[in-house]
Amino acid sequence: MSGVRVLVGTRKGAFVLTSDGKREKWDVSGPHFAGWEMYHVKGSPADPNRLFASQSTGWYGQLVQRSNDGGKTWEPVANKFAYDGVPGTHQWYDGTPHPWEFKRVWHLEPSLTDPDTVYAGVEDAALFRSTDAGATWQELSGLRGHGSGPHWQPGAGGMCLHTILLDPSDPARIFIAISAAGAFRSNDAGVTWQPINRGLRSKQIPDQDAEVGHCVHRIAMHRSRPNVLFMQKHWDVMRSDDGGDQWHEVSGNLPTDFGFVIDVHAHEPETIFVVPITSDSEHFPPEGKLRVYRSRTGGNEWEPLTKGLPQSNCYVNVLRDAMAVDSLDDCGVYFGTTGGQVYASADAGDNWAPIVRDLPAVLSVEVQTLQ
Amino acid sequence: MIRVELPSHLRTLARIAGEVQLEVEGLATQRSVLDALEARYPMLQGTIREYGSGRRRPFVRFFANSEDLSHESPDAPLPDNVASGKEPLLIVGAIAGG
Repeated sequence: MSGVRVLVGTRKGAFVLTSDGKREKWDVSGPHFAGWEMYHVKGSPADPNRLFASQSTGWYGQLVQRSNDGGKTWEPVANKFAYDGVPGTHQWYDGTPHPWEFKRVWHLEPSLTDPDTVYAGVEDAALFRSTDAGATWQELSGLRGHGSGPHWQPGAGGMCLHTILLDPSDPARIFIAISAAGAFRSNDAGVTWQPINRGLRSKQIPDQDAEVGHCVHRIAMHRSRPNVLFMQKHWDVMRSDDGGDQWHEVSGNLPTDFGFVIDVHAHEPETIFVVPITSDSEHFPPEGKLRVYRSRTGGNEWEPLTKGLPQSNCYVNVLRDAMAVDSLDDCGVYFGTTGGQVYASADAGDNWAPIVRDLPAVLSVEVQTLQ
Repeated sequence: MIRVELPSHLRTLARIAGEVQLEVEGLATQRSVLDALEARYPMLQGTIREYGSGRRRPFVRFFANSEDLSHESPDAPLPDNVASGKEPLLIVGAIAGG
């Protein structure tokens, strides 16, 4: 019997939501690590029982927790993230140099093939890798050191490396994104990097077409077409058909092209989902209506999905790591809100229902499809 | 025997119920007590003192006898009644954010 396991990170703990393939009745487990900020929880594609979780507070710092039994039990495995060499400076909000300081792990990306290898995207922005199941971490410093680092700057949430995409067709190719530096690609397993931001335009930086400085909120890819990338930028929904070499805008008829999440249907590589948010100062849905927008044409033409979602007086946000899809035959779509709701659709967005309604603010949502 | 009281976040992390009781070799100081604490609970390394510098993390405080010891030298002797186990050393998360 197939099923799904939804891994939810919140401001005050982690939750594991499980259901069978119908995705109608849910078992809720948690809070795990009660009281800690859980920025991200994600399972290994190579071993679904192996989960990694990023646990932090401003008081006691960062830890990585690991589970080998699908989230029933956990053990702290590491908390040491040391930049390679002297980290130097990046730009502060006012444009002045600011020392690079480790703050937290935003995103954990397990290897597609090796359950002991996992990547971590951190704030202040850098990429780390562990090859011993999270026990020790080494920075892939070619990213931070590739030359443009002194020009990176923090977004409102901090200068975070929040997206890591591993190319299923080429183990040496990795895409990452940083707020607010932009997107980068490595073709040699993380040793060297190049910015891939051509075509992005951002009014918040002096040179709107600059090589770096863009506030990329999220990138998504369908595993069958790793050259096609979709991006939710601070403003603008973008698409690249050549692995990030060139981007073009596909915001089309969206009510606003500001937002955080973007994801791709598990079986239809041209079907994508976003949640439009009013603006960078109004972090809630337009008109108080929570709407997922779906494009079946890879962008430009969008339809609102509203059935089962609140259509009045809704002023929550959906943060960048808080949407995921399962790979059951009828693709499930999931997202969490800063109001503590986790919504699920078992029919690719046509109908929605809350799995839970009153969790702490949701920071991340990941899904494992279990066979 | 030294008694140490940890904040709830760290008790949860180290799976500790109640106070910790530690035997400390030699002079009881902040450093020697924290060394003994981290030796018994390695997952606490880096959570009270920063890696590398060994400095107290900014939002962590050390109290005992209704006094703030946070800014004492880490090698200063702890008060006699803490060293003897009569009073606990309190490791406290600073009040911040409600």
